[in-house]
Amino acid sequence: MLLNQLIKELITKMGDDELIIGHRNSEWTGLGPIMEEDIAFSSMAQDKIGHSWALYRILHEELGGEDPDQFAFMRSEKEFKCCHLTEMPIGSYDFSLMRHFLFDHAETVRYNSMLQSSFLPLQQLARKVRGELKYHTLHADAWIIQLCRAGEESYLKMQTALDNCFQLACGIFEAGPDDKLLADEKVYPGEEALYGQWIENIYPVLVKASLNVPERKEPVYGGRYGKHTAYLQPLLNEMGEVFRLNPEATW
Amino acid sequence: MYGGGYIFEEPNRVQQREEQLHDDPEKLAAFEMRIANGEKIEPGDWMPAEYRRQLIRLIEQHAHSEVIGALPEGTWITRAPGFKRKLALIAKVQDEIGHGQLLYNAAETLGKSREAMINDLLSGKSKYSNVFNYPAETWADVTVIGFLIDAAAIVNQVANAKGSYGPYCRALERICYEESFHLKQGHDAFIELATGTPGQKAMLQDALNRWWQPIMHFFGPPDKVSGHSEKLMQWKVKMASNDDMRNQFLEAYVPKIRELGLTLPDPLLNKNEETGRWEYSDPDWDLFFEVIKGNGPCNKERLDVRKWAEEHGRWIRKALMKEGTFEKKAMPVA
Repeated sequence: MLLNQLIKELITKMGDDELIIGHRNSEWTGLGPIMEEDIAFSSMAQDKIGHSWALYRILHEELGGEDPDQFAFMRSEKEFKCCHLTEMPIGSYDFSLMRHFLFDHAETVRYNSMLQSSFLPLQQLARKVRGELKYHTLHADAWIIQLCRAGEESYLKMQTALDNCFQLACGIFEAGPDDKLLADEKVYPGEEALYGQWIENIYPVLVKASLNVPERKEPVYGGRYGKHTAYLQPLLNEMGEVFRLNPEATW
Repeated sequence: MYGGGYIFEEPNRVQQREEQLHDDPEKLAAFEMRIANGEKIEPGDWMPAEYRRQLIRLIEQHAHSEVIGALPEGTWITRAPGFKRKLALIAKVQDEIGHGQLLYNAAETLGKSREAMINDLLSGKSKYSNVFNYPAETWADVTVIGFLIDAAAIVNQVANAKGSYGPYCRALERICYEESFHLKQGHDAFIELATGTPGQKAMLQDALNRWWQPIMHFFGPPDKVSGHSEKLMQWKVKMASNDDMRNQFLEAYVPKIRELGLTLPDPLLNKNEETGRWEYSDPDWDLFFEVIKGNGPCNKERLDVRKWAEEHGRWIRKALMKEGTFEKKAMPVA
């Protein structure tokens, strides 16, 4: 596969992850356990959706891709490359919080690895996004530690959430068609390298929270190649409901 | 977003009036003098029991209106068409929850805790603006809310920001600043549909027809039947009469709506050039009071959502209150 095509695939999966998890996080608006968390989840959802917009704009402006709105709101399920972790329904707050923790650390590792990317638009975006992500991971770390130290009920909920999320989160790092070429060309170091750094970053927080880290036994793969959970199609129907009434119109 | 113009009455008013008789007449006179001089009353200052009670009621209802008001639009975040609208809508709804937070804080300075206020909301004892008990059926409803309900709320809030209670005025100043951005976004989305395809325009006209009566209800019953405001106006708790605010709204927005080629579902709606005031058909006030009683199309749905959030968040609030578990740094809000 040509390098440009590989870069397109990389940016598509990054943008799709951000859009879909942003969509899920935005579902907490109005439902948060306390108002401050309502606001925090909305705010992070905005950031995620903003990142996906920025990534789709790179595809459009630098790599001959479609208009970002058409790309986001009109593609079929198979054309989406998000990982399964992002597709899961919000469930209860413990699940959403753990997903946020695992995903945002992965995102941080990914963008950090792109600070020196040979593909300049990604490098520039990484510099911009980094500042926002710092607050997302601070937020996640503080909550995980607090809830794990506040007694058995909340501790057990967080351990269960970690057990439920972990293999899905490992699916973030499903290898692309040719990560080696992307690494050789210094676009980014490839998924396996990101996975290693991610474990290194989350481990101390999880230890501080006294959580047992599961092993990477059966990572949930498929999303990067267009195979999705049953939850994605209904989400896409909902997201495109108004836009698809008339995709040519401006809204 | 919105403190509806109407402050709902609570049943134990008679008993409270008795208490008010016990206010020290000298202190009361000094208090009323301060207000007449345009001074702000601050949390530690002496104030009549009835003033405190009315303010708690007003600010609490305003806070609930923000939090419940986030729901009809909130359900459209996941369906908003295009990145621009989606991001603007999340930001707006988030601001509304933030306004709720500011207002609960302002009400807490008068001695009622946020938890007590939320409990009263869930039990139905405490009310919120009726307008949020109607459904947002299509995307066009979101633009009508974002433009016209926000505009109506601003009329009300700009007036209240000149009131006598310091913490409420300061919260309102900040809220009005953010609201003016919401209004711009709402106006922009509204115009997009009004000048769009025939389908978009028809969708908007339908939504406008549905929302016109709730909008006319928004400022509360006519002055001739809404009797209890004289003292509240003297104390600068209520800053403008319902009819005056409604008139101000119609004056500013009816021409804007008509300019876009849209119609309003009231054949009598017209400005009387002699009196300078707008005339209109009386909206159905019986319906208005039915909705206050809890019988509107969405009262149950709205409260059920809040109850879900309260119930599912209980273990988290409990865990937050656990002593000695906090790290020294403050909990960051992203």
